Amino acid sequence: MSVLVVVEHDRGTLADASLEAFAFARSIAGQLGEQVEALLIGADAAGLADVCAAHGAGAVHHASIAGDSVGDYGPEAYGMVVASLAALLLPSGIVASGTDRGNEVLAQAAAELDLPFVANCVSVKTADEWELTRVQWGGSLNEDALLRSRLPIVSVAHHSVEPQEVSIGATAAITEHIVELPEWVSRSVIQDRVVLSEGLTLATAPVVIGGGRGVGSAEGFNVLEALAARLGGVVGCSRAVTNNGWRPHSDQVGQTGTRIAPQLYIACGISGAIQHWVGAKAAKKILAINIDPAANMVVKADYAVIGDLFEVLPAIEQG
Amino acid sequence: MRVLVCVKRVPAPGAKINITDDGQSVDATNLGHTMSPHEECGLELAVQLVEAHGGESHVLTLGVTEADEQCRWAASIGINKATLIDVGTQGWDPQRTASAMTDAIRAIEEVDGGFDVLIFGNESADTGGFQVGIRVARALGRPMVNAIKGVNISAGIDGENTVLEAQRETDSGMEVYKLPMPCAIGVKEGITWPRYPTMRGRLASKKLAVDVAASDAAPGGQTMVRLNRPEEQVSETIILGEGAAAAPAVIELLKELGLWSEGTSKQEVGA
Ligand SMILES: Cc1cc2nc3c(=O)[nH]c(=O)nc-3n(C[C@H](O)[C@H](O)[C@H](O)COP(=O)(O)OP(=O)(O)OC[C@H]3O[C@@H](n4cnc5c(N)ncnc54)[C@H](O)[C@@H]3O)c2cc1C
Ligand SMILES: Nc1ncnc2c1ncn2[C@@H]1O[C@H](COP(=O)(O)O)[C@@H](O)[C@H]1O
Repeated sequence: MSVLVVVEHDRGTLADASLEAFAFARSIAGQLGEQVEALLIGADAAGLADVCAAHGAGAVHHASIAGDSVGDYGPEAYGMVVASLAALLLPSGIVASGTDRGNEVLAQAAAELDLPFVANCVSVKTADEWELTRVQWGGSLNEDALLRSRLPIVSVAHHSVEPQEVSIGATAAITEHIVELPEWVSRSVIQDRVVLSEGLTLATAPVVIGGGRGVGSAEGFNVLEALAARLGGVVGCSRAVTNNGWRPHSDQVGQTGTRIAPQLYIACGISGAIQHWVGAKAAKKILAINIDPAANMVVKADYAVIGDLFEVLPAIEQG
Repeated sequence: MRVLVCVKRVPAPGAKINITDDGQSVDATNLGHTMSPHEECGLELAVQLVEAHGGESHVLTLGVTEADEQCRWAASIGINKATLIDVGTQGWDPQRTASAMTDAIRAIEEVDGGFDVLIFGNESADTGGFQVGIRVARALGRPMVNAIKGVNISAGIDGENTVLEAQRETDSGMEVYKLPMPCAIGVKEGITWPRYPTMRGRLASKKLAVDVAASDAAPGGQTMVRLNRPEEQVSETIILGEGAAAAPAVIELLKELGLWSEGTSKQEVGA
């Protein structure tokens, strides 16, 4: 028996969040005295076997989909592959990352198998019924839950565990599987892609300069842009800002925006509402710039400057 | 076009979310109620689809009697019909919720005709199970993609070629899906711009007849034990200074973190 990790990748490029799923699966497998195994879906994923081994997979299953109606990612197709491999391999548990794709594929698989699925867990204690802690409210609250299932299916909350290479240079045996899927699964496969930006994004930038209502206008963001350019970072914002139409929603940090995890988050004119905080708290360090020393953002930050962002930011930028 | 939107009533917390003493729910004393911003955008999208193609929009919610308020909010921005599955609690697990909602959708479709599009939020604001929409869509045999942040409202969804073109945001751009209707999508905030209720909308919403349904769906395998506030690493905030005078201390910090390079002059950056 094993704990099976569904590895997330895009056309053969690993999603880093998958490494968190390995770390989480190792903690479960350790309790059960079993090994971690990896499931790679799609012809283009075969090259990822070694990184799976390095992160603790004792065996790697590579599933290709028969025929060529499913060349790219599709939630229904991938969910059906997970369901069919689950029936074949009979794992003790299935784990994936708590990302758009990870959660979606496990929900599809669970629906197909008519089993429960618990999203965004932070810890598991295995027993007859698994005792789980998972996040609610985008990470503002934790929920203790019991999972009653012949095959527990869980995802791990993004940024809640540290990935770790455990067997450097290891290789794993690869088992090839060809999975037959019904014709209809192709209806939800990606048909096209639009490339909008190459390079730094909110999710990957080493520094994020966030602006809130305190920035006051769309033009007000020029001082944030200038500092971002100076530091090689990107600009983010709060929901108050997107609601006012000052920045596009793709810049929003928080529960219903992007979760960021930069080296440094500089939050300017942001009060630190819980729904914003949960999207920012994975930053290694947080610096708040606010006129209000009692603002939640200031109280929770590692560092703070008390003052008007329009005075503070240009002074930093000009060195 | 017939469009259904599913919304969940949740408390609207402020800077902090309090938990009741028994740990069973969020303490909603003195709090208003709302729905996820994802679902607000879903309502707006439904209204826009019906404006563009004709037809009817319908809101569905499962929970307490008071969720009537969320149905009326939906009507105030232009949703035509509403169904409330009154189960006396907001605490049903995802499998049970999905099963009850599937039954309700079947019942509505039997009377009013099939829906072309089912719209869900990407995840509910409180429990965030990331699955109710997916389970409902699968039970009804319809394609479903979650995390949708763009829909081509006018193209390809009339006449014979009934395909909904939906886009999902990634780190570098958009993935494009072409879902044959009837289909389902889980949407994210930012997909569209929710309108505010007008005075006329508010009046109309008062007259809305909310259909109340019941359900005997069986519980699923996930049971909540209790809620906790996550431990926060309470670090003492280091105040680097006040106003512009704090700049040198900030630059020191940036250097310490390896984020400051003397080399980049302003001119180079601006060029
Ligand atoms: C279900 C749900 C999901 C949500 N999701 C998100 C989300 O994803 N992201 C998000 O951000 N919010 C989200 N929100 C909204 C959130 O609750 C807050 O309303 C929002 O974050 C407030 O934005 P703000 O801090 O910019 O504005 P405010 O709370 O108005 O704060 C403005 C701050 O600016 C300071 N300030 C003013 N002028 C200056 C100046 N010149 N210099 C320095 N400081 C100044 C003030 O002291 C104040 O602290 C969500 C809400 C709900 C209900
Ligand atoms: N009680 C409910 N009533 C109506 N819709 C719901 C309910 N629970 C979940 N949904 C819908 O399903 C989506 C996903 O919910 P969840 O699986 O809880 O994250 C939500 O955004 C809603 O659109």
